[in-house]
Amino acid sequence: MRIVDARGLSCPEPVMLTEDALKEVKGPVKVLVTEPHQRMNVEKYAKDHGRKAASEETEDGFAVVIE
Amino acid sequence: MNGNTPLSDGIRLTQFAKHGGCAAKIGPDTLSRVLERLPKFSDPSLLVGFETSDDAAVYKVADDIAVIQTLDFFTPVVDDPYTFGQVAAANALSDVYAMGGEPKIALNIVEFPGELDPDILGEILRGGADKVHEAGAVLVGGHSIQDDVPKYGLSVTGFVHPDKIYKNYGCREGDVLILTKQLGSGIVNTAVKAQMASEESAREVIRVMTTLNRKAKETAQKYNVHACTDVTGFGLLGHCSEMASASGAQIRINVGDVAYMHGVKEYAQMGLVPGGAYRNRKHVAPLLDTGNLDVTGEDMGGPDEVWLDLLCDPQTSGGLLLAVPEEEAGNMLEEFARIGMETEVSVVGKVLKSGSGNGRICLRKGK
Repeated sequence: MRIVDARGLSCPEPVMLTEDALKEVKGPVKVLVTEPHQRMNVEKYAKDHGRKAASEETEDGFAVVIE
Repeated sequence: MNGNTPLSDGIRLTQFAKHGGCAAKIGPDTLSRVLERLPKFSDPSLLVGFETSDDAAVYKVADDIAVIQTLDFFTPVVDDPYTFGQVAAANALSDVYAMGGEPKIALNIVEFPGELDPDILGEILRGGADKVHEAGAVLVGGHSIQDDVPKYGLSVTGFVHPDKIYKNYGCREGDVLILTKQLGSGIVNTAVKAQMASEESAREVIRVMTTLNRKAKETAQKYNVHACTDVTGFGLLGHCSEMASASGAQIRINVGDVAYMHGVKEYAQMGLVPGGAYRNRKHVAPLLDTGNLDVTGEDMGGPDEVWLDLLCDPQTSGGLLLAVPEEEAGNMLEEFARIGMETEVSVVGKVLKSGSGNGRICLRKGK
């Protein structure tokens, strides 16, 4: 699974990195973010592009898995 | 005008700042926690202090004149230095208009990296000076220091007749709420930063942010205005909430009637929502009734979440929110249409109750 490490970055960088990854990879992508609103934004981006997204809390933020 | 072209050496001003414009504002929860610990000042001549979270301080100096004092500055919201100066100055001057006053004297406040070309600073200051000139005020100096992140704004002094001060409270049952600029600058600026915004959206957001609230105030002054504030970092709902709480009112917002910038709904659905919008939403949540919007849970997620993103979007140099008696609102709107505003004016809602209205905001979609 492609992992996008967007921890510590500020908006809209996590969404931009997600966009790049989804363009390159057809399979699942895991996006790591620090803030709750970044998780929500990455989920929104995935859903807006017809992909399913589910998140879980990690030690230092959130992991959004996009199927 | 394109305010988002990188500088000749490829530097983007917005890259210096984590948060740009009014989205850089410290969250309302944090701010109120800090401010409540400060000593309270009282003076019989102080007509408006910070207790009601108003836009500026107002101090009476004679029976027919009061001084308005305000300060506002922020980090770059656009890449073009001249445009950034214009936006920051329009935003700072707006606090005087939001009090019903006329800006007269302005001072620059500047933080600028020592390693950057001083001509960039020159352009920022030129943008600010042009807006001060347009406002009919004078720019008389200021203060500048070196810092890693550029910041610019103004301290503005204005005048107003003590009987004609606009306060952010005092709205009455039946008042119509009129907003003089379309919403969406936080989201569109985020989309611009992500290089996902259309040319049309990018041009519109700059036009809206650089427009002075002067014309809006001068038009509004011909009518009875029960309450007024400018919509900035706390978003429409945050500023409505301040107005409702300070007035003891209950306010209804008709979400479909609010004017928005081109493309903003699509950008919000793509997740180009600034962190401040989520903070604002959390702050207003206890007083918010989401009505017939299809949202659920603590996060208020769901098909209609996009409306909350827009209504809570932090605005940079936003419009005036005016509470006007229903019988006068029609004429005011006609006059706005007749004089030709550079921005879109919309009726965003109504005051349902005043005095016993507990500060609640009710949202409604459709008629």
